[in-house]
Amino acid sequence: MLEARDVTVRYGRQVVLDRVSLRVEPGRVTGLAGPSGCGKSTLARVLALMLRPSGGSVVLDGQAVGRWRQRAPRAQRTSVALLYQQPRLAADPRLTLTEIIAEPLAAAGRPDPERVAALAAETGLTPDLLTRRPHEVSDGQLQRACVARALVLEPRYLICDEMTTMLDASTQAHLVAVVEAYRERSGAGVLAVSHDDALLDRWAHRRVRLGETELGEAAPAPG
Amino acid sequence: MTGAVPAGPAAPAGGARAAGAGRATTTATAPAHAAGSPGSPADRRLRVEELTVSFRLPGATVRAVTGVRFEVRPGRCLALVGESGCGKSVLAHALLGLLPGNAEVSGRAWLEQDGQGLELLGAPQAVLARRVRGRAIGLIPQSPATHLTPVRTARAQLEEALRELGHPRPRERAGELALRQGLHPADLDRYPHELSGGMAQRVANAMALAGDPWLILADEPTGGLDRPLVDKAMDALRALCDEGRAVLLITHDLRAAERVADDLAVMYAGRLVETGPAARVLDRPRHPYAAGLVDARPDRAFVPIPGMPPELTRLPDGCAFAPRCARADAACAAPPVLADGVACHHPGEDGRA
Repeated sequence: MLEARDVTVRYGRQVVLDRVSLRVEPGRVTGLAGPSGCGKSTLARVLALMLRPSGGSVVLDGQAVGRWRQRAPRAQRTSVALLYQQPRLAADPRLTLTEIIAEPLAAAGRPDPERVAALAAETGLTPDLLTRRPHEVSDGQLQRACVARALVLEPRYLICDEMTTMLDASTQAHLVAVVEAYRERSGAGVLAVSHDDALLDRWAHRRVRLGETELGEAAPAPG
Repeated sequence: MTGAVPAGPAAPAGGARAAGAGRATTTATAPAHAAGSPGSPADRRLRVEELTVSFRLPGATVRAVTGVRFEVRPGRCLALVGESGCGKSVLAHALLGLLPGNAEVSGRAWLEQDGQGLELLGAPQAVLARRVRGRAIGLIPQSPATHLTPVRTARAQLEEALRELGHPRPRERAGELALRQGLHPADLDRYPHELSGGMAQRVANAMALAGDPWLILADEPTGGLDRPLVDKAMDALRALCDEGRAVLLITHDLRAAERVADDLAVMYAGRLVETGPAARVLDRPRHPYAAGLVDARPDRAFVPIPGMPPELTRLPDGCAFAPRCARADAACAAPPVLADGVACHHPGEDGRA
């Protein structure tokens, strides 16, 4: 279980999240909905250990998170992967797509070209695309590489922050299918952040709505 | 070439044009010259014929747009849909003369207004700057927030646009435009980073309307907006149609297109593969690519089209969709032509007898 407990985030004097709690269960897809500016992405970044909250706590598989970003212990940091809406802002423009996918493996000191190739194929990237750099591919192709990168260390939780908002319907359906296949074979928990109700109707097992001012957690699952 | 020629008689309406086009086009099926004074909106249209754009790179040629033809009229919204990288934005930039120097453009794009036609693709920059950009065609750009200059207020930029377009009272007019877009005039005194996505969208709309153009070209205007804001942006485009403007919407978002468009053109690998009334194309697509896109929607089958679009540097000689198509056979080695609204050797039924 990946859990946010009474998380508060302030930017200066502005309170973006006020004591919000949310649980991402292993093996299930939790949908996070809400209007623009309600703090969905902020909560996603807190859960991905990318942003230290001003108050409250994050608990990852029973262990409280004490350090954030690059200071988080590697075991915790690599347990959660984050996918962004805009792949261009999330990919190093100097790297080829293969290098982008392999980056987390390289950082962890255990390169695995076979796994990189398998994920590239699963996300639909062909060999000629893999030698290109981000400016030579479309947004959809780059996001495919970002999905492969997110899965390469086999995270236990995957946070998809508007992962497919910029993509056409077919690429969206493909990337959601890739994430779903990974979830089914690994038992990972998925947080699907989206303002698209039709998408969450289709994808999420349960849905949490983050209001403008209200707290987020829906009634907890029974049992 | 820039020679002004008289607008030809309107093309036959094709029978497919839905009734109840906007107020300004009640005479849309009549020949253009029969429609009142030379400046009347019914005279106006953009007619694109065999538009082809390629980019020469070292060792490769990118064929971004191939043989595209369509027409846009006042009171109507045409949505051009397709996945990213299929050539949609290149097409928009070609119409405004905004392509980079290595682009090779052929075909014709007739802008017909005031009883005269101007061919946009061959027009010199000076003519486009004086007569077309902002005045006849207003552009609503991709991601409005990043399109604005970050170091100046929205008002400074909007008033500058009005001044450059020769408006006598830019300050008053800026306030009016803001109000019409649902902005408080004081919002114009904000810098772009102080605008929310929806507000930046409205500022962009106000800028596009500064020169009172009759044709609005909206290039992926909804990037980064959430669904309610997308719906609002589409309703704003619809309102522009209903007041007698023509709208050409370029988008990857089928639901946005569905909300606003009268007509739909589906683009694949630089070519139009299906055109027709939006409701029909979305409900009963005939081209297998269009059918695949519709089926991929989460409220439909949510099944992706297998494979990926071809590289625009290496388009196959035959049908570009054939490698991904379940209906493909030997006939598909020849390029299909767009006939009767579909470019396919094995189109599906369209529901007509």
